[in-house]
Amino acid sequence: MSTAAPRLATPEELELYEPVIGLEVHVQLGTRTKIFCGCPNEFGAAPNTNVCPVCLGMPGALPVLNRAAVELGIRAALALHCEVRRRSVFARKNYFYPDLPKGYQISQYDQPLAEHGWVEIQTPAGPKRIGVHRLHLEDDAGKSSHEGYRDSDRFSYVDLNRTGSPLAEIVSEPDLRSPDEAYEYLTELKLAMQFAGVSNCDMEKGNLRCDANVSVRRRGAAEFGTKVEIKNLNSFRFLRQALYFEIARQVALVESGGRVVQETRLYDPNLDETFSMRSKEEAHDYRYFPEPDLLPLEVGEAWLESIRSSMPAMPAELRRRFVSDYGLREYDAQVLTASRELADYFEGVVHACGDARAAANWVTGDLAALLNAQSLDIALCPVPPERLGELITLVQKGELTGKLAKEILPKMFESREGARAIMEREGLRALSDTGELERIIDQVIAANPKQLEQYRGGKTSVMQFFVGQVMKATRGQANPAAVSELLRRKL
Amino acid sequence: MEIGKLTITGIQEALRARRVSARELAQEALRTAREENPKTNAYLLLAEERALRAAEAVDAALGRGQDPGPLAGVPVAVKDNIVTRGVRTTCGSRLLENFVPPYDATAVERLERAGAVVLGKTNCDEFAMGSSNENSAFGPVRNPAAPDRVPGGSSGGSAAAVAQGTAVAALGSDTGGSIRQPASFCGVVGLSPTYGRVSRYGLVAFASSLDRIGPLARNVRDAAAVLQAMAGRDERDSTSAFAPVPDYQAAMTGEARGLRVGVPLEYFEGLTQDTAAQMEKARALLASLGCELREISLPHTSYAIPCYYIVCTAEASSNLARYDGVRYTWRAPQAETLAEMYSLTRGQGFGAECKRRIMLGTYVLSAGYYDAYYLKAQKVRTLITRDFLAAFEQVDVIATPVSPFPAFRLGEKLDDPLQMYLSDIFTITASLAGLPGLSVPCGRTAEGLPVGLQLIGPHFGEPVLFRLGDAFERAGGASL
Ligand SMILES: [Zn+2]
Repeated sequence: MSTAAPRLATPEELELYEPVIGLEVHVQLGTRTKIFCGCPNEFGAAPNTNVCPVCLGMPGALPVLNRAAVELGIRAALALHCEVRRRSVFARKNYFYPDLPKGYQISQYDQPLAEHGWVEIQTPAGPKRIGVHRLHLEDDAGKSSHEGYRDSDRFSYVDLNRTGSPLAEIVSEPDLRSPDEAYEYLTELKLAMQFAGVSNCDMEKGNLRCDANVSVRRRGAAEFGTKVEIKNLNSFRFLRQALYFEIARQVALVESGGRVVQETRLYDPNLDETFSMRSKEEAHDYRYFPEPDLLPLEVGEAWLESIRSSMPAMPAELRRRFVSDYGLREYDAQVLTASRELADYFEGVVHACGDARAAANWVTGDLAALLNAQSLDIALCPVPPERLGELITLVQKGELTGKLAKEILPKMFESREGARAIMEREGLRALSDTGELERIIDQVIAANPKQLEQYRGGKTSVMQFFVGQVMKATRGQANPAAVSELLRRKL
Repeated sequence: MEIGKLTITGIQEALRARRVSARELAQEALRTAREENPKTNAYLLLAEERALRAAEAVDAALGRGQDPGPLAGVPVAVKDNIVTRGVRTTCGSRLLENFVPPYDATAVERLERAGAVVLGKTNCDEFAMGSSNENSAFGPVRNPAAPDRVPGGSSGGSAAAVAQGTAVAALGSDTGGSIRQPASFCGVVGLSPTYGRVSRYGLVAFASSLDRIGPLARNVRDAAAVLQAMAGRDERDSTSAFAPVPDYQAAMTGEARGLRVGVPLEYFEGLTQDTAAQMEKARALLASLGCELREISLPHTSYAIPCYYIVCTAEASSNLARYDGVRYTWRAPQAETLAEMYSLTRGQGFGAECKRRIMLGTYVLSAGYYDAYYLKAQKVRTLITRDFLAAFEQVDVIATPVSPFPAFRLGEKLDDPLQMYLSDIFTITASLAGLPGLSVPCGRTAEGLPVGLQLIGPHFGEPVLFRLGDAFERAGGASL
């Protein structure tokens, strides 16, 4: 185990050495039932309750492939621009572990579901495509608990609820060149999975898990350095930290004349460092062979096409459209595609009011603030997009001032009413009647003779005072520009 | 009423004429089994309660004037590697000594739905690995025809139960000959159906791409009736076939005139004299039935044994990984660590043959050896299958001996696994090719040991096997 304090590779070192990173990401598919049996695929049930002879690996039980899992796997593949193989083959990956009841995982080996895809990420040098080597389906193992029980010194506990959950393993090409690129890649991949309706990708629930392969090489070298696998990168932050640590470790090792050894390391977030878990020699020999209990998986053209035609636009595509069609800023487009629900909401507002920029401002501004304050997800927003659109339209038509609208939105949020209902109940509307406004202005002028004198004496800054007084008197219902105009004439 | 003389048709007539009740039949079968079992050790467990409940259901249905099913009241024994809900299923292994499955195999479920009465569970080689039933953790089975000899294996208990007249039919499993060889050793009929014909759901896996459930019975007609009840697509087994199930009884016309019967040269080498003599008589009988005998060649036969022992051990090494002491298996009590739990449980729990096959299978799948062994074996398997497919362009059925020798003495081949593996030399080829094979009695040796004739058919060719087997049997095949 390393004893030196964690450090980052220096810019000088990174000028000499280039990190090469590939990620293996496990995405839990959001099916109703498990991949090879009818047990519920859900998180949080009492231990060992979502189980049956099949997922318990009982003698004589046989797997039957869940069509919905294949469909989500195909959606994932299409979201990552992969080619879906017409025929793929399940294989057994053999190893012993108490939370692996069959003694093997049913996975795919030399004939995966899909191959040759890519994910586009943003880098300081512009957009970059990261290759997706393959995507295959497999069943998840259960969960072992080695701590937290009275007799944990002698026993481990096994919960097999998760056993048989459908997973898609997505293996990238070694195209990533920095921890930031890895972070971007994982972010984009997660977004793509969410947009395609494949998975919630909730890392806390283990919906999204990540391992990394890392090596360093002298810049310009044709060959890759010896790679190290890092496991247990179960948050975006850990991924970046572990990569920073590991790159610095490898560079320091090579710089001091040492050699990187091929091994599997584990990231410890508490110490912020990686440590050796097993060497190449101790690596498992998984003894893959074709799963004799399942027929090869054939994906017909018609099925593939029907899935393809039901795919929503992916975030990168949406961002491009938001910028080019709606004239949004890159930044807003980025924010508005943070989730499919948010993008859908935004488009709903645009549809209702026809003003994309105003919609973007409201959604990323006041609405986001309200949601944040209550830690609400956009999916649970009490103001439907049509109603926010209506509010924006009222401002456009001059029936509301921006200020009034900002006061009304929180009320819509609270009462779940439409803007008009609130306007009527509270008597709120823009004062567009010049006669009434003039009357109020006259009153304000009459009530403030001293300020009137100052203004007429050349102190024009007093104008702001009068505008403020009028706005106050109209409870914000007046249009400030119109007020200024009238005041200028009258004063 | 003697269980050993009953046929399925006979039982159906007697029940419907109210000459006997299903309950009486079941009680008699259970009594006989209890009485006879010490002589053979064929049964590991008698499921008295379950049997009587099933019999009473048949009687009740008859009482209501309902059809109790084509196997109504038929006492059936089930090999102990086929799971039975609430009834201990050991697979002949110490590791599953106390395993009570919470579910039924599809085959058992279908038999019971057809009215059959499951009497109990029969002894077998541990996880169906063996050719003599001597690899059972619960003691060997003795051959009812010659008590100092083995009944064959691995379905030795099922063959003995039928031969000794305690069950009218039995379920066995056949991976490389485990139904056909004991059937021939004990002098009963045994069928290994086409791969995929009968659901494997609930059959404890030994070698998944080869394993099949099939019937053992005292005549071809009964074997066909049992297959009829359990054949057909099962959603719970992805490898079960969609092919429609034909009417097997209708296929048995009693005559076999004009059938082209292939006699492969490679299967008549290395036979004991007695076996060779019985085969000669069988050929003559087939000819006298009007069959056209044709000499054929299956050139890749000599590769079958190595090919089989690579494929089956590879799959077995993976299938047997689940018996690790974590869940339903016996667990070595001394284990202190996880590694010890695995090694002690499996080291003490498995018998020698299982361990031998697990090691062989682990080896052939290992990195660097996979291509040379497993992949090559798969290619050989394809060649063997092609041999058969080519042969079936010229012939309707292929006739061979089931085994090169009749039942051997207990202990005789125990120390020589290779000799033991040779018992299956003529049955594993059809196993590798996924073809159906029927073992029909074909007389006895001078010592009175039964000899079996194997009829191999094309995929889903059970009807032609039943037709020829039944005609052969009616012409006196069993007493040649
Ligand atoms: Zn399940």
